[in-house]
Amino acid sequence: MRFIPLALAAMLLGAPAMAAELTGTLQKVKETGSIAMGVRDSSVPFSYLDEQQKPVGYAIDICYKIIDAVKKELNLPNLKVQLVPVLSSNRIPLMANGTIDLECGSTTNNVDREKQVSFTNTHYLTASKFVAKKSEHLNTIAELAGKTVVSTAGTTNIVQLNQVNAARKLGINVVPAKDHAEAFLMVETGRASAFVMDDIILASLIASAKDPSAYVISDDAFSAAEPYGIMVRKDDVPFKALADKATREFYLSPEGKATYAKWFQSPIPPKGLNLNTPMSAGMKHAFEHPSDNPDPASYN
Amino acid sequence: MGYHWNWGIFWEQSPEGTGTYFDMLVQGLETTLVTAALAWLIAFVVGSVVGVLRTLPGRVAPAIATCWIELFRNMPLLVQLFLWYFVVPDLLPGPWGVWLKQLPNAPFITAVLGIGFFMSARVAVQVASGVEALPRGQRAAATALGLTGPQTYRYVLLPMAYRIILPPLTSELLNTIKNTSVALTIGLAELTARARAVQEFSFQVFEAFTAATLAYLVVNLIATLAARWLEDRVRVPGFGKP
Repeated sequence: MRFIPLALAAMLLGAPAMAAELTGTLQKVKETGSIAMGVRDSSVPFSYLDEQQKPVGYAIDICYKIIDAVKKELNLPNLKVQLVPVLSSNRIPLMANGTIDLECGSTTNNVDREKQVSFTNTHYLTASKFVAKKSEHLNTIAELAGKTVVSTAGTTNIVQLNQVNAARKLGINVVPAKDHAEAFLMVETGRASAFVMDDIILASLIASAKDPSAYVISDDAFSAAEPYGIMVRKDDVPFKALADKATREFYLSPEGKATYAKWFQSPIPPKGLNLNTPMSAGMKHAFEHPSDNPDPASYN
Repeated sequence: MGYHWNWGIFWEQSPEGTGTYFDMLVQGLETTLVTAALAWLIAFVVGSVVGVLRTLPGRVAPAIATCWIELFRNMPLLVQLFLWYFVVPDLLPGPWGVWLKQLPNAPFITAVLGIGFFMSARVAVQVASGVEALPRGQRAAATALGLTGPQTYRYVLLPMAYRIILPPLTSELLNTIKNTSVALTIGLAELTARARAVQEFSFQVFEAFTAATLAYLVVNLIATLAARWLEDRVRVPGFGKP
């Protein structure tokens, strides 16, 4: 029976270094000594490439906070960070097969998607609005009646546009576009009168347009502001808890607000554009009460 | 793999509010079939005319045919669709361009014409090869019988040429069906675009694309079987397969 104290002592001594207790992503990170971060190439200002083709952005800054927490938790100061470019069409398979451990971009957190993946605390809220040329004098949804309006195929925005169009019998000719750049091009070339999209994406498209002063974003919104979150694997409780704690501390700290101002209210690389988007009331609420709730109503 | 399979996803309501996810894919398949059918009609008719031009005596007609073929065959389909959709309307005089831009079904019309013309170049080459594969004596015999040029093609050359090129034409038909997926880049809501939309809404990417893959496979197998049947039916005894 004198083995028991020995065994106990061994367990206690060995405990901090034992990887056997870890599961999921944390276990994988501990074993491989590296963590893989999914990044986007053109999701300004959340996750995009700067002039050195290095991924930068608001969501990337937040992801590095999560990675700092992982380093501390696993006692891995030299943790390697792999940056993996992802698209909206391959982010799910890459997350499912373990190529990426967290996705840092502008992915909307909603109930349907939560059946497949999980999201950490909301880092941005965006409402569905429309952009039009100033010369068209369009500012309310009602004024779009009978016009050709574009939105990006496969987004929740085009769904909301279709719903409003049907419910209010506006007779809008809804045209789907392949991506945001093409949709904006359709407004620029006059193929469409307006482009319905998340307001922050519209702001960044305008900021990078040939003549930013020619465009205006509507005040009218098609939806309540929807939350964006950092995507992590579903049912990986320890990793999500760690990510939630890290993001929560970050949003509540002054550094959180400073980081927001850095990306949304100051000139950003590569061209020194300023998106001029101060925190909305919902955004302030999301920072003061960090939450991963997919329900837009909980933020207003 | 940390993937959550959910084959029941197809029977759930899509956020578009017009039906289930399955309905979305069915609508996409319908668009694919209609686009492919119309594009193939254009490809076959225009391709036959251009192919015949290429085999005519003289210099002018074959030169025109060669221009058409090289123009449409040597540019990627994606580039052609972009040119038709974005560049051509801006080259037209003002009001025409605006009219074209505001057409309600612009992506569909552009896709049908763009894919139709692209495939017509390939059909033309095959029609021309089919005619050229015939022994030269056939044309001479037709002339000796006193048939005019059009009659020679209608009654002597083309009936045999089409029979010879039926197998490669089947491949072109299948290519037309598959090429409709390129039209998603100009916003046509065909099968691949709808599969992508299903994955965007539900995040069930493997289920969505498995369903799309099976749909393409079944459609193309049916097209292949139909072409085989046609081949057997129109075979001239003593020619072709023993």
